[in-house]
Formats: sequence, structure tokens, C-alpha cells
Amino acid sequence: MSHQILLGAILRLGVKGHHGLRIVILVLIVAAIVVAFVLVRQRRPSRPARTARRRLALMTRGNPVPPGDRPDAGVPNLTMSSNNDLQAQGVGTVATAVRQSRAGNTLSTIEARGLTKRYGDKLAVDDLSFEVKPGHVTGFLGPNGAGKSTTMRLIMGLDAPSSGSVTVNGRHYHDLGWPLREVGALLEAKAIHPGRSAYSHLRMLAQTNHIPKSRVEEMLDLVGLSAVALQLVGNFSLGMGQRLGIAEALLGDPGVLLFDEPINGLDTDGIRWVRNLLRRLASEGRTVFVSSHLMSEMALTADQVVVIGKGRLIAEMPIDEFTSRSSQCYVRVRSPQLDRLRPALQAAGASVADEDDGSISVRGMGAENIGELTLHESIVLSELAPQSASLEEAFIESTEGHLEYRGDRPVAGGSTKGA
Amino acid sequence: MIGVESPLGPIPPGRYGFGGVLASEWTKLKSVRSTVWTLLVTAFVGVGLSAIVTSAQAARWSSRTLAEQVNFDPTRSSLAGLLFAQLAIGVLGVLVVSAEYSTGTIRATFSAAPRRPLVLVAKIAVFGVVALAVGEAVSFAAFFLGQSLLSGKTPTASLSDPSVVRAVMSGGLYLFALGLLALGLATIIRHTAAAISTFVGMLLILPIIVAALPSSFADDVGRFLPANIGAVMLTAHYHGTDPFGPWTGFALLCGYAVAALLAGGVLLVRRDT
Repeated sequence: MSHQILLGAILRLGVKGHHGLRIVILVLIVAAIVVAFVLVRQRRPSRPARTARRRLALMTRGNPVPPGDRPDAGVPNLTMSSNNDLQAQGVGTVATAVRQSRAGNTLSTIEARGLTKRYGDKLAVDDLSFEVKPGHVTGFLGPNGAGKSTTMRLIMGLDAPSSGSVTVNGRHYHDLGWPLREVGALLEAKAIHPGRSAYSHLRMLAQTNHIPKSRVEEMLDLVGLSAVALQLVGNFSLGMGQRLGIAEALLGDPGVLLFDEPINGLDTDGIRWVRNLLRRLASEGRTVFVSSHLMSEMALTADQVVVIGKGRLIAEMPIDEFTSRSSQCYVRVRSPQLDRLRPALQAAGASVADEDDGSISVRGMGAENIGELTLHESIVLSELAPQSASLEEAFIESTEGHLEYRGDRPVAGGSTKGA
Repeated sequence: MIGVESPLGPIPPGRYGFGGVLASEWTKLKSVRSTVWTLLVTAFVGVGLSAIVTSAQAARWSSRTLAEQVNFDPTRSSLAGLLFAQLAIGVLGVLVVSAEYSTGTIRATFSAAPRRPLVLVAKIAVFGVVALAVGEAVSFAAFFLGQSLLSGKTPTASLSDPSVVRAVMSGGLYLFALGLLALGLATIIRHTAAAISTFVGMLLILPIIVAALPSSFADDVGRFLPANIGAVMLTAHYHGTDPFGPWTGFALLCGYAVAALLAGGVLLVRRDT
């Protein structure tokens, strides 16, 4: 009886079916297919296929793959030793090409002009103009939600600007002949199909730009993922995902590199590795544009900064200038003759404030000038110490009022009194 | 550009083209398990369900009325499973596009190949060829298995009959057209679950809704439904009374797919990723 109904449903499916049981059967079959599909998706990936394994053995030049019963078997931890290797490899392999440094060249390779992006009635990027030049690591700074990632997507042609334009090497991204050979980007950590191997991910990108297979293998080597090249990306840690993203960016040996928060998820060794890599890439004459909300990291890595807040440009200058421009820069002065020194400084146009520890802080006058002044006035100095603001402080100060989310608001500077 | 000696050599003149994008799409399709699984389900459901139907027909033949025996179409009977295999091939068609959005790979894809229509055409080409090949293989396998199960118990069909060849080939064409329709829907909708729901709804839920309409109206609308078109395509005994002939029906299905793909293509170019 029931198979009769099933038959009827199948044979006359959709022709004139409104029998209740037919509907139930249809729904059951659909449900079965959906369940089967969900099970497939959730299935833990097993060992790589034998052919794949052979390929890996070739790739790793004779090193057999550790027999991986567990997905994470054979995944190296970012231990000190493995990282030292990485560092050595990284520096070596990227630098194999002899490159002419173009530092100092005025050619700008990323150029934004009045770049504006509106999502609905929200202005994500607001009339942004800046240039990024080769030979430097340029930090792209801004609080969360300032529009850094949006700007990166606009550069890459992934989002279309509402007005204004941005070019790479003088052309819109869409007009680049071989995009991966000119621009490499790490935009999002692990924006990779979790069911695909690291090798296949890089390979499919390489194919579009006619980049040879050997380069894919080199890049996997460079970021230390050769041993897990054929494992599914879904098993990767965030740090491994970042490494794969860096390999992806470097795939076409491009002259322009964009990194959106590249050190997210990396441990200290990984961070040091990325820092060295970025500096190395810049020293080879490439344009390196790195966004970060971590000021301390940028202080160690970048030469130039582009600072934005609420989508607007706040500063675009060498990093030293950015920190020294801050009002947090002052000179701490100690002297047994403060009574004479104070009016002399004020007469010369500096502003003077007394500190709790008996020193004075002098703003508006450099240490050199203070030294000359005291010599001239025959005042004894016991301390003359320029205090420069950290990038962090300069940043907080410059983005005051530009924070997208008030809840994120850090405790603002001003508490950095001497020592 | 800046390198005097890049390990990759100088940047070649010209620009990236369709060949590279096509190779890339092929790598993408074959490098994920969901492709293998959806194709296996397509084959399993297409052949297996057809086998169940035909063996049930064979078993019940003697209890059939004369009218039923006269109208029995062994070809159609052996292809019954294809009307379910369409769901699995549709899921693959959806995933070819939607998986890129759900995983974020789409950004890498468009960074490597910023001309989006080129990427869509490459996806259509790669998936289309796979869907057609698998569809035809499943259709012919289901036919031969079905005929061998019917053999000796009921009348059987043979490929020497032109309308039988047409019906069996239509099985593959039907899966091909519906797979591309699913790909087009996914390009418009971009979300896996929503696109699959829409596809399944068009195939299975819409007929039920249409059947509930007043009958004169239901017939007018119903003949445009993919499932009804498929039913005609898979029948060797075409009487001329069906609303659309098999080839007209196939053209209509292709029209649906092209419309969805064109709409998807326009949105693909216009939308941010």
C-alpha cells in the first residue's frame, strides 16, 4: 500500500499532486537529502588521499608526511625553533631576487583622491586623500570602525567608491593586467574555504595569473606551511590562517602589498617574523601598507603613517613627525636655580609647568634651545631630558573625537608625567 | 614592476584571461569534498531511486489494469529518480557560487581576477560541463539498469527507438539546465541556505501551491513549472497533448537558467563583495 503511494508520488510528481501523503513523502525526502548534506559538511576531514600524499611528499622534497590520524597531527606549533627556521627561510627566500631599492623615489604607488564610501546613510570613508610610497612600511592607523578595512577593499576594487577614486601604480585595480603580479593583499584572516587544502587555495589563485606551481610550493615553504599544505584549512589555527594569507599576498611577487591587521592571532614569535618580513619587503623597494589598531606594533614596524578616524584623514606623515607633533612632547628639566630658569624660559616663549617630583616640564622649546639658553644665562642644569610621546599617545590624542564607538574609548593621554 | 629580477621573471605583457580563470575554477571545483559528495548523491539518488521504481513496476505488472499496461512507459519509469537527483545537482550549483561568499574566498577570487563576468562565465563553463557529463552518465545508467530490471516482466524500451534516445539524453540535459538555474539563483541570493531553499521551493513546493489553485488557472501556470517540463522531457511516449514538447520545454528551462544567470551577473558587477 505505502509503496504504491510512493510510486504514485514519484511518477506523477508535480503533475497534479495535492494528496496529503504525497506532500509528507516529498518533505521527508527533502529532509533526508538536507540531513545527508549537513552530515557531509560536518564530517571531520580524514587523511589526505593517497595521490595527494604523494604530491606532498614531492613538495616537501622527500620528507614524508607524518601519518595524520588526527586532523592536527603534523601541524607544527609555532615553537621557538620552528620559528627561527621560518625567520631564516623567510628572509632568505624573499630576498632571493636582487631588488633595486626605490626608497626615496617620489613615485606613489597607492593614491587615493577624495575617496568616499557610503553604506546607506553611514559614511564609512569620507573624502580620504593620501599617498603610499614605495620603500617604506606605511602604517594605516585608526580606531576600530574608522574605515581602514573599507579603504583596503576600495583599493582592491572589491567595493566601489561612492565618489572619488583610488589607484594602484596609477591604474584602477580593475585595469591591472596581472593583478596578483602587481598587488598582493591579506585582507581577512582565514577568508578561505575550510574544506580546501592550503595548496589548492594558493594553486587556484596562481592559475588565474599564470603563476607556476613551483611558486606556490615556495610560498608554502616560506610561511612554514609545507608540512600541512594538503590539510584542510578548516583545521588551521588563526595564526596558520594568517601565514597562509601572507603566502597568498606574496604569491605573485607583487610590488604593492596590503596587509589588514596581519598580526592578529599570531604569537610573539609570529609577530616578530611578520615584522621582519614587512621591513624586508619594504627594503626591497616594495610598497607595504599595513593597517593596525595596535599602535605599539606600528611604532616598531612602520616608517610612515596614515591615520584616519571616522573615515577621515587625520594625519599622513613620517612616524617620527607624528609622535613629535603631539603635545605630549616636552622636556623635563631639573635645576637648583629654578627660580631664575622659569622666567627665562617663559621670556623665550616656552610654557613651563611644575611637576610633583620637583622638576619642571617645558613645552614649546626643544632641549637644544633650553641648553643654549641656560648656558647663556649661566644657570646650572642637573637634568635635561626630552620626553617624546609614544605613538600610542599621539594616536589617542589625534583621534580624540573621532572614535566610532564611545564605549571603546581608551583612557586618554595626559597622565604621562615624567618618570 | 619594481623587481629587477623577480623570481617569477618580468611581468608579461597583456593581461590575465579566460584560460587561467577557467583552470582556477576547475581547481576550485575539484578541491572541495562537497563536489564529490553532491555528485555521488546525484548518482545514487538518480540511479537508485529509478531502480526502486522500476523493480516495483515489474513486481506489480500482473495486477495492473489493461489501460495502465497500455500507457506504461518503460523509459520514463527507469528515469524517475532524476526528478530527485535534480536537488543534489542543484545543491552543487548553489555551492559553486555561495561557498565563495560564505567563506570569504570571493575576495581572493576577485583580487586575482577583477573582471567579474569572466569569473561567472568560467564557473558556468566548468560546472556546466560537469553537470552535463554527470547528468548524462546518471541518466543512461538509470535507463540501462531500469530496463534490465523490467526485462522479461514488462515491455522494455531500447535505444534503437529515437524517442527513447531523446528521453534518456533529456535526463542529462534536464539536470544540466537545473544545475545552472541553481547557480544563477545563488549568484543572485549569495547565501547557501536561502538559495537552496529557493531552488527546492521552485521545484517541489511551487507545484503543490499551483495544484491548489483553481484548475483552469493551475493548468496555465503549471505547464511552466520546471518539474512539469521535466516530466515531459523524460517521457518517450510523447502524445502531442502535453502543453510543451520536450525540446520547447528544454528551451524554456534554459531560458530560466539564462535569466537567473544574467540577473546574477548584473548584480555581481554592481554589488560590493
